[in-house]
Amino acid sequence: MSESGIVRRRSAGHTLLRILLFAVLGLFCFVYLMPLVVMISTSLKSLAEIRTGSFISLPKEVTFDAWGKAWSTACVGVRCNGIEPYMWNSVVMVVPAVLISTFLGAINGYALTKWRFRGANTIFSLMLFGAFIPFQVVLLPMARTLGYFGLAGSTYGLILVHTVYGLAFTTLFFRNFFVSVSDGIVQAAKIDGAGFFPIFFKLMLPMAVPTIVVTVIWQFTNIWNDFLFGIAFTVGDSNPATVALNNIVASSTGVKEYNVDMAAAIIAGLPTLLVYVVAGNYFVRGLSAGAVKG
Amino acid sequence: MTNGGTPRVAFERFVERWLPQIVVSPLFAASLFFVYGFIAWTVYISFTKSGVMPNYSLVGLLQYERLWSTPRWYVALQNLFVFTGLFIAGCLAIGMLLAILLDQRIRAEGVIRTIYLYPMALSFIVTGTAWKWILNPTLGIEKFVQELGFPDFSFDWLIDPHMAIYTVVIAGVWQSSGYVMALFLAGLRSVDDEIIRAAAIDGAGPVRTYASIVLPIIRPVFLSSVIVLAHIAIKSYDLVVALTGGGPGYATDVPATFMYSFAFQRSELGVAAASAVMMLVTVMAIIVPYLYSELRGGRK
Repeated sequence: MSESGIVRRRSAGHTLLRILLFAVLGLFCFVYLMPLVVMISTSLKSLAEIRTGSFISLPKEVTFDAWGKAWSTACVGVRCNGIEPYMWNSVVMVVPAVLISTFLGAINGYALTKWRFRGANTIFSLMLFGAFIPFQVVLLPMARTLGYFGLAGSTYGLILVHTVYGLAFTTLFFRNFFVSVSDGIVQAAKIDGAGFFPIFFKLMLPMAVPTIVVTVIWQFTNIWNDFLFGIAFTVGDSNPATVALNNIVASSTGVKEYNVDMAAAIIAGLPTLLVYVVAGNYFVRGLSAGAVKG
Repeated sequence: MTNGGTPRVAFERFVERWLPQIVVSPLFAASLFFVYGFIAWTVYISFTKSGVMPNYSLVGLLQYERLWSTPRWYVALQNLFVFTGLFIAGCLAIGMLLAILLDQRIRAEGVIRTIYLYPMALSFIVTGTAWKWILNPTLGIEKFVQELGFPDFSFDWLIDPHMAIYTVVIAGVWQSSGYVMALFLAGLRSVDDEIIRAAAIDGAGPVRTYASIVLPIIRPVFLSSVIVLAHIAIKSYDLVVALTGGGPGYATDVPATFMYSFAFQRSELGVAAASAVMMLVTVMAIIVPYLYSELRGGRK
């Protein structure tokens, strides 16, 4: 309906500009897709074909051997069980961490905005700061604390870490949402005698479903993709998938199997990629909320 | 029983009255402990003579002196400046260009946007693994171009100590430029069409319309993007580990890998803590003024 955009006049110049426009957009599509295509095609080649052919050519003979090996027999350090057990580690870590941090963020954001007590804004600002610290500054004390509680090297420890440092972001998301909800609704419910929790569960949470989706996707992506906490706080058997992937790729023993590396990388990246494909719009909303602009 | 009722009712009233605070306090306490308490501990350790184990006797600025007399730290800082500068510039330039191009009523916009942004959903470890293969000096781009008919073509940045940091820039920009595109596109969409039409009537060409009218309006987007990108750059650890492992040697070390290496591999807790504090100070110098203005702006 609107005539925005840089190209408005219909002329030869117009057509030329449109062609140029699509050429540039197409070129960038190629640039962004190329690594993914290269990964997939390399993972489907045999090692012999990788050595003789070029990295960008499509496989002449498609083989799924590398995928099988990456999943169940590739060596991660000294263990040769493939990436599968580490994928489960990531699942076991990510599910509780996402659910707990999202729930706590929801109730925190609700309490800070709809029951504005003295100091609520200060508390929020102080907590928000936690979202932006470089985590290097908490690595050493966290390692000692986990050791003190007997959680060092365990998935439980990692769940705790991700919950604690995810809280700042989840609180931010829900606070931004609840700020936009009219206070009148809450006041009316209070007059009707509803308390803190009934208003939260029956009134606020159903309204907040889109925010819940954004937060869950954001947390899932971040926690699944985390590497720093995974490598610092887990050992061997309890490594998440990202750490296992890095170990597979970095292993220097024997022949370098690029096809197995690529298959393992795709496997480790698939869960977040699928979430993105299915719920891309929510992902984008999380990203822009991550820039604080609500 | 009748006696016990009153205090219980009073207690319930008390709980009801203070429930929001009761719910928030443990979360706030956790934040105080895990964020501020931990920062305080790290800062304290940076002033002690801690080596392999924490040692709580203070030695003043000794660890900072040791940090600033470590050549490797200077390499890390230099890399950080190179990486951050080029990473931000690259992401801004490409992100902005793509956003403007996508804003021209493109039919397949949804699909194209999805393609530009999907790298953001990937782990830096996955990105690093992919680019490590593409930039592989023997089997990657180098071989491809040689076989195109340029047998002398050489592209071995990944193993060249002077060039390796630029491979991190390439992979980083590939991963994050779509993010900037999304932020800018949202900004462009918020600009009133009337303004653009008025500019056209006044005879402003497309370049001028954008350069002197549209982009100045969405200046806040520049700020948010730069802040977010700087933040990603300073914290970035996994991309360097996956792509170059900090090598060759420690040629692509950044403060994040430096800190990790001194903390967990070389067991120099004092120096590691000092480097972590330097990182924190840098991030705070960027983020605190920004958060301050954002929170004040949001409260009006």
